[in-house]
Amino acid sequence: MSIRGQAHIVGAFEHPLRDLPQHSVQQIHAECAMGALADAGLSIRDVDGYFSTGQLGFGGVSLTEYLGLRPSYVDATFVGGSSYISHVGHAAAAIAAGKCKIALLTQGAKVRGVIRGAKHTADTPEFPFETVYGETNAGIYALAARRHMHEYGTTPAQLAAVKVAAAAYAQHNPHALLRKLVTIEDVVSSPMIADPLHRLDCCVVTDGGGAIVVVAPEIARDLKRRSVKVLGHAEAIKHSGGRPNDFTSTGATQSAPRALADAGISLADIDYASIYDSFTITVIMTLEDFGFCKKGQGGAFVADGALALDGAIPVNTDGGGLCNNHPGYQGGLVKVIEAVRQLRGEANANTQVRDCRIAVAHGTGGGMSRQASVTLVLGREDA
Amino acid sequence: MSNSPLPTPAPFVSPETEPYWSGAKAGKLVLPHCRACDHTIWYPKAFCGECGAFDVEWREASGLGTLYSFTQVFRGEGPYRECASFVLALVDLDEGARVLTNIVDADPAGLAVGQRLRAVFHDAGEAAALVRFTPIPTSSDT
Ligand SMILES: [Zn+2]
Repeated sequence: MSIRGQAHIVGAFEHPLRDLPQHSVQQIHAECAMGALADAGLSIRDVDGYFSTGQLGFGGVSLTEYLGLRPSYVDATFVGGSSYISHVGHAAAAIAAGKCKIALLTQGAKVRGVIRGAKHTADTPEFPFETVYGETNAGIYALAARRHMHEYGTTPAQLAAVKVAAAAYAQHNPHALLRKLVTIEDVVSSPMIADPLHRLDCCVVTDGGGAIVVVAPEIARDLKRRSVKVLGHAEAIKHSGGRPNDFTSTGATQSAPRALADAGISLADIDYASIYDSFTITVIMTLEDFGFCKKGQGGAFVADGALALDGAIPVNTDGGGLCNNHPGYQGGLVKVIEAVRQLRGEANANTQVRDCRIAVAHGTGGGMSRQASVTLVLGREDA
Repeated sequence: MSNSPLPTPAPFVSPETEPYWSGAKAGKLVLPHCRACDHTIWYPKAFCGECGAFDVEWREASGLGTLYSFTQVFRGEGPYRECASFVLALVDLDEGARVLTNIVDADPAGLAVGQRLRAVFHDAGEAAALVRFTPIPTSSDT
């Protein structure tokens, strides 16, 4: 059964701040929850489904109590930064199955100024064989970038083009952490973090978060705000089982075609794409894996202006994780929120895709050795 | 056994993964191999995800491999925070696994995807050694 039209997004809220030293993480969740419910025109008493990553406190239980919810359905799926995109698909499935009618999804994070220490090794089976060698997120994606350069001739300047496009959008976003225009030269001359990735090839580190309200179609019908239809959703975990995992492609090779089939659309129907951008290379690989360009041609594709409003596929019009927001190292929810803005015609001035009817949001959770990939297809009410 | 200029944090060793780590401690690269489906398992574990067998044999590997990708990391975390830089790499073992490791005793500027490597072992705590790799000199090297 397709998820198409079984649920609607009626509320979306991105916390306006990027630095929240005085907030507790739970307060951030609460502010985002109330923001999204107000956007939807619903009360917190109406909520009967709750979705979070379960990373704060005791799984899905602690925040349910903090927020005062009494849900009939709870989901605490954690698949890294793609979790929140997964939650929208899970909420739609739960609504389609009659488990709940008004689902609330929240994110809250506080990581600014925190020095990342050694990752835990005892409780994660793969960590003892990786973290002892100094594995970092940037290092892992640098390995992907180097291999992509080796196989396809991708260049540092092509990687930089992803950041340049993000910055061009971010200048119009009053809440973006970084609003300054940057050039290719600015990116490739910024400090090297993990060769070939420079500082400006990496996403921002922010506090904050957001929330989404997903409801049954009959609830959406009675609300004043314009809603967004959930059209399709698919997930994949790409890992090293069986044969060595390649570092030049993402799980989108699996999740994207399945999500598009679920939605009953083709690639050419997509007007806007929120593409997970933990690093510039992440965007290039994901666009290839969706099929927006041939495998290996992603560098030339982005350098050719593909990501701009008048390009082949407008991407991350809020400035993305590279410039706007990447709360707690997890950018998935913000990806959904910008897709909702585009479909409601509420993007920032000078960044609205004209006649935006169908949008996708893609999340990459984890690193390259193993990762979750989640693709969500959303549509305007008439889609 | 050479001394490492890099940090050598002690890995978490469990009964399940002890054969791998004690092998490394003895200067051997030991890999789990599934007797049921003839699959070389990575990362080390006592279960075959390919066929569901627990029948795992720990075999000594050649210690030879090929460089799949590498990066010079300038912003280390945790124990590597004080390193000015170090080389993180993916090495394709001749036995078929692709492993995350470090390249040592080599100028990062001289590394190339596809070059041949051999394992070296750096003591890490009481029960283990880290398995790192170093380039195998070719006949054209002086
Ligand atoms: Zn097997």
